[in-house]
Amino acid sequence: MADASGLVGLTIAEMRDGLEKREFSGVDLAQAHIEAAEAARPLNAYITETARTALDRAFFSDTRRAQGPVGPMSGIPIAVKDLFCTRDVLTTAGSHILDGFTPTYESTVTTNLAHAGAVMIGKTNLDEFAMGSSNMTSHYGPVENPWRRSGDNRPLVPGGSSGGSAALVAARAVPGAIGTDTGGSIRQPASFCGVVGMKPTYGRCSRWGIVAFASSLDQAGPFARTVRDCAILLGAMAGHDPKDSTSVDIAVPDYEAALSGDIKGLRVGIPAEYRVEGMADEIETLWGNGIAWLNEAGAETVEISLPHTKYALPTYYIVAPAEASSNLARYDGVKYGLRVTGDDLADQYGKTRAAGFGAEVKRRVMIGTYVLSAGYYDAYYLRAQRIRTLIARDFHRAFEKVDVILTPTTPSPAFAMGEKMDDPVAMYLNDVFTVPSSLAGLPAISVPAGLSGDGLPLGLHLIAKAFDEETLFRAADVLEQAAGFDAQPAFVAGRP
Amino acid sequence: MMADLIKGETGDWEVVIGLEVHAQVVSNAKLFSGAATTFGAEPNAQVSLVDAAMPGMLPVINRVCVEQAVRTGLALGAKINLVSVFDRKNYFYPDLPQGYQISQFSQPIVGVGKIVVDMEDGESRTVGITRLHLEQDAGKSLHDRHPTKTYVDLNRSGIALMEIVSEPDLRSAEEAGAYVRKLRSILRYIGTCDGNMEQGSLRCDANVSVRRPGAELGTRCEIKNLNSVRFLVRAITYEAARQVQLIEDGGAVALETRLFDSDKGETRTMRSKEESHDYRYFPDPDLLPLELDADWVRGIKRGLPELPDAKKARFLAEYGLSAYDAGVLVAEAERADFFEGVAEGRDAKVAANWVIGELLGQLNKAGVDLADSPVGADRLGGLIDLISDGTLSGRLAKDVFQEMFDTGRAAAAIVEEKGLKQVSDSGEIEAHVDAILAANADKVAEYRAGKDKLLGFFVGQVMKVTQGKANPKVVNEVLRDKLSAG
Repeated sequence: MADASGLVGLTIAEMRDGLEKREFSGVDLAQAHIEAAEAARPLNAYITETARTALDRAFFSDTRRAQGPVGPMSGIPIAVKDLFCTRDVLTTAGSHILDGFTPTYESTVTTNLAHAGAVMIGKTNLDEFAMGSSNMTSHYGPVENPWRRSGDNRPLVPGGSSGGSAALVAARAVPGAIGTDTGGSIRQPASFCGVVGMKPTYGRCSRWGIVAFASSLDQAGPFARTVRDCAILLGAMAGHDPKDSTSVDIAVPDYEAALSGDIKGLRVGIPAEYRVEGMADEIETLWGNGIAWLNEAGAETVEISLPHTKYALPTYYIVAPAEASSNLARYDGVKYGLRVTGDDLADQYGKTRAAGFGAEVKRRVMIGTYVLSAGYYDAYYLRAQRIRTLIARDFHRAFEKVDVILTPTTPSPAFAMGEKMDDPVAMYLNDVFTVPSSLAGLPAISVPAGLSGDGLPLGLHLIAKAFDEETLFRAADVLEQAAGFDAQPAFVAGRP
Repeated sequence: MMADLIKGETGDWEVVIGLEVHAQVVSNAKLFSGAATTFGAEPNAQVSLVDAAMPGMLPVINRVCVEQAVRTGLALGAKINLVSVFDRKNYFYPDLPQGYQISQFSQPIVGVGKIVVDMEDGESRTVGITRLHLEQDAGKSLHDRHPTKTYVDLNRSGIALMEIVSEPDLRSAEEAGAYVRKLRSILRYIGTCDGNMEQGSLRCDANVSVRRPGAELGTRCEIKNLNSVRFLVRAITYEAARQVQLIEDGGAVALETRLFDSDKGETRTMRSKEESHDYRYFPDPDLLPLELDADWVRGIKRGLPELPDAKKARFLAEYGLSAYDAGVLVAEAERADFFEGVAEGRDAKVAANWVIGELLGQLNKAGVDLADSPVGADRLGGLIDLISDGTLSGRLAKDVFQEMFDTGRAAAAIVEEKGLKQVSDSGEIEAHVDAILAANADKVAEYRAGKDKLLGFFVGQVMKVTQGKANPKVVNEVLRDKLSAG
């Protein structure tokens, strides 16, 4: 069905202005995006659609607006990765083991968004427990990327793990969505789907109520089709939370106000180590374009070195599984979710977890258990933590000379479903550019900046100093303007 | 200090013991959640989302529990670590909802300290404390509610425990018992653990090994979950004897975890070393390292009350008490306070005798706590005053005390009502003495012939006719006068 209302496809900023001018109501927006969700079903991007509560919330938002000033996201439809616990709404983490799990509580980030007036249209599909770069590991089936290679109708992956959120924003089924990023789970799918995806500084958003994957890395962040919309979204998500000991108690600035368009004198670091072997020419070219655009806008590019970059991926694949192996121990069939009864306790544990977890989750639980085991801890986990410190120090030193760092987001565009599936290491390489900043806890953003030779979106990646999201957004905004990315995917919700 | 050696068939053996005490922190809320900690609540009535390990829940450290651990460390004269780290100890069990216990492994909040243990014979031994760390308690599995299923009560899940680890400095079961009693006394003084072993707020694991005196340490066994001092002593005694016999029979002690069966009075294997868990400790990424402010720690130190050792030393110096009496009195802060209330302005030794000999004995017999004693410090003091001013003899005083204990009335009122006032008037006593001497002329003659012991007989006769009210001192004086005057 076509979008008769013309509301689908607007940006968050446009919706906000339209609502303010009473050009349409929150209920109009909700209705249009509930229909868009239905239209987008071929993508398999929602696990749960929450049409009824969306209409209730939209109506409430309209009522509030009639009475006085409302929150910055009031009446704006969003999609929420199904890793955020939502009160009275099924929360799956993309896993069979959380069958039927309906929390009695609401995550801090989605609570903040609700207080800002945002209207949740549904819960989005993801790699199981956020472990994956393809969205192929979800118990609820893969998400389809709305893009297609030119002249090739094979379905492509949207990236992962926040693939559902990225695909829905790309397909215009929502103007914005939230995801989580542990090693690239926002930025990589944003790049694959041609949208903006941002990971804030670790500690900027509360992790309370987000199903944990790797606690020292997990961070919530926004997806949208513009940098400005991401800035608006993050402003409504972020903030100190006493319920999360790793959440940082500093003020949340007005990110939108940081988008001055002026980056004169901004020092942009270009790390030599990111020129990885075998990198496609088109990625190299894209990166060069990014450098040129920023230079033209008055920035100054500086060659920098991040010497421990090559260790980032192996380090990540020790630290993240180690934490995951422990975080996922609570899914034991005793308290909630799936239970497969057995002959005795050990048998019940074994059967429940064998049936409840998919192959990738099992792989990572095994790796994590191994690297924490007596006799291996020092060689793997402890060493990985030391390297993590060195990686963070690389960035710290680089940021004495530069304000932001520019790299490609991914080494390749989206791949077809079924590709790379038999080689976990090839799959893990998707995150080679995003993982180092995750290990260092730094804010980073992927901005769509061009198309590959076969017509797929490619993203450029900016990294900033801890808690300097303002500079990150300002630079990303300039990059976005210069790139002028206006290509649209093959599939757009509601378009015939 | 001679160790208590075990006489084996092949010679002497020395038992080496180290204890791990789990002390529940006195706090209204759990270590990482706001749920309540009251004992005896309905199953699963005190469980927060964090305690039940719901997805996405995060721990937040409870400041009160940290303060209690620091206070305990300071009371043990231990090093307070201004930076400590919480680790996850990973294992699967239904009463451990997270699948890991948050504990402290490599960097505990409290380091090396010591406890002076007082033995029955008045000797003291210094026992090293290795460390104290904070950790979560697990829930409780209830296996007896259903024929095939186990129920889980998570009320205890997440409650703060202090694990206090001793050096292997203890050399007998009795010493181990005295160590636990002393530790419990200190914890109660400072209000960081109620020390209630029946309710499980103080539990003990004992590491026991035997060796030839002075030789290398033997292989140890760990006896888990001893929940009374009596069981601790019995379990160690049994275990040491078992190990000696095993070795003397040509066997070897296996490193293992054992359980004490209090019905049979024996220990048995719970799990062998091969079956022991690999806990995969690693720093909990949900919690930042715990950093303490040195001034804050100093403030807690300044706020510590007088501790048992200092109090005992003061009682010895200030009141001239025996080490035994001082030890008994300082074992509990309330007891020491009670004593000082009685002793104030009075003879301290007399006060100590009355508190220990009479009051504590009666309370113990009646099963009443000192806090609920029918005789308060003021009243006991009043009784002592009536002795020292000559109103009551020691013997009468004991009767009056019994009456006070039974009725809760004041000594003076009882003396008044029963006319128990001591007769010290020498004229009245002389009259009684004259009558008795006259009635026992034969005995008077024997006495005068040198049978001095008969003095007691005459005293007894006087006391009898005066119903015990005659002042024994005056009776003695009058009798000696009259008997020698003849």
